[in-house]
Amino acid sequence: MSEFAIEFEHIHKTYAPARRSWIKSLLSKPGSQQAGFTALRDVSLQVKHGEFFGLLGPNGAGKTSLISILAGLSYPTQGRARVCGHDVVQDYKLARRNLGVVPQELVYDPFFTVRETLRIQSGYYGLGNNDDWIDEILHNLGLSDKANANMRALSGGMKRRVLVAQALVHRPPVIVLDEPTAGVDVDLRRSLWEFISKLNQQGHTILLTTHYLEEAETLCGRIAMLKRGRIVALDTTQALLARVGAHGLEEAFVEIMRQSAQETVTA
Amino acid sequence: MNTQVTEIRSGFTSLLYKELLRFWRVAFQTIAAPVMTALLYLVVFAQVLQDRLKVYGEINYTQFLIPGLMMMSMLQNAFANPSSSLIQSRITGNLVFILVTPISTMEFFWAYVLAAVARGLSVGLAVWLCSLVFLPLPVTYPVWILAFAVIGSAIMGVLGLIAGLWSEKFDQLAAFQNFLIMPATFLSGVFYSIHSLPPFWQAVSHWNPLFYTIDGFRYGFFGMSDANPWTSLVIVLVVFAAVTALAIQLLRSGYKLRY
Repeated sequence: MSEFAIEFEHIHKTYAPARRSWIKSLLSKPGSQQAGFTALRDVSLQVKHGEFFGLLGPNGAGKTSLISILAGLSYPTQGRARVCGHDVVQDYKLARRNLGVVPQELVYDPFFTVRETLRIQSGYYGLGNNDDWIDEILHNLGLSDKANANMRALSGGMKRRVLVAQALVHRPPVIVLDEPTAGVDVDLRRSLWEFISKLNQQGHTILLTTHYLEEAETLCGRIAMLKRGRIVALDTTQALLARVGAHGLEEAFVEIMRQSAQETVTA
Repeated sequence: MNTQVTEIRSGFTSLLYKELLRFWRVAFQTIAAPVMTALLYLVVFAQVLQDRLKVYGEINYTQFLIPGLMMMSMLQNAFANPSSSLIQSRITGNLVFILVTPISTMEFFWAYVLAAVARGLSVGLAVWLCSLVFLPLPVTYPVWILAFAVIGSAIMGVLGLIAGLWSEKFDQLAAFQNFLIMPATFLSGVFYSIHSLPPFWQAVSHWNPLFYTIDGFRYGFFGMSDANPWTSLVIVLVVFAAVTALAIQLLRSGYKLRY
């Protein structure tokens, strides 16, 4: 068993330039080929089993790119990523089986009810009779009375809860939440964090990205801060606060981002 | 509860079930509507041409037309199933729920293709049952009927999968459907025997792989066809193998799925 729940080793990610039509390619100047966009530059970090880990950074910092590599939604240009010791490319089946991802976008399949959605998702992992666990998730996320409602009929907040339920349906030891509380009400936020904290106490590893820094400060034991695809800070939450003499994580975040901008200018 | 999982069970049946349930939920659109279209063709063409045409010397035109319409409906609907499912899932973003799971390339491929075959066969069977009101068909070789129905639907299912992967917008998929699939099915001998065409167009028809699916399918009913059924079988199997190899290569490379 690997010591780490999540490992990133020297991850680089450059997205290919947008494809141009052949007419545009013919009309463009020779050698005017667009360069790709580099989203991640030499990112290395490890998250131990049972940690509640925060991944913070401004928009476009590379948080979702890093999560996408972990989930197999994109491939690293260089470097390796592992979930519970399983390489996300070479050993993708076990890597994905051990990982649950709550995506940032509010997406759903309009053909099915909440229960059908969860049963189908459970089946994708080869879990047939999983109704006891599905009922428990529905109860914990306040979705029991919506179990037979069509996904289209749910409010935004309820759809967000179903996204969380889908990520948990195969009881993954590692859970990634990509801005799970963006645009949701206080009630859902509170019940979601109670449930996620309970899962963390039971031993699940949590990787969280969020722009709500007070949530990260309260929940996360360690934090990595990304800026323009690089890690600019990686430490325990308390050590990060102490490092810049900040009273809160928001203040520390602003200061660390400012310092990294100055370092970039002087370099 | 937080124990690592070291064993993987297949998600294939669940993905197949989801794809079947998806078209069954909208059966009015996915089964009843194409049956209605085929029956309208049957009514109009049979009325106009019934007394003017005999095919293969002795077969009544309405009888000749029914297997052609069955196969045309099967081909078009087998294509529509994976292509519409994939493009909808991609545009709404819910394809991510499949991509983050351990489902392999082959499981993904077969789930979409078998669902396409199931929809093709459902539509074909429904057209046949409804056509009994007009005229019963002879069934000379049921195995040939089933073989060409399954392989023809599978070819179009794979093409639908490729089109669904390639298309980023609904109008790209519509272009694929209207400028490639529709002409290929209409000009494959649904409404006529290619022996009634001038030599040039006969030669062109022999380059259309869908001609062999319809011709072989018809052979199962009448025991007569334009081409040798064994030749047709070999050609459709080769075409199926070729499009399958392309689709699997696209899926393995993560083409427009994983970046």
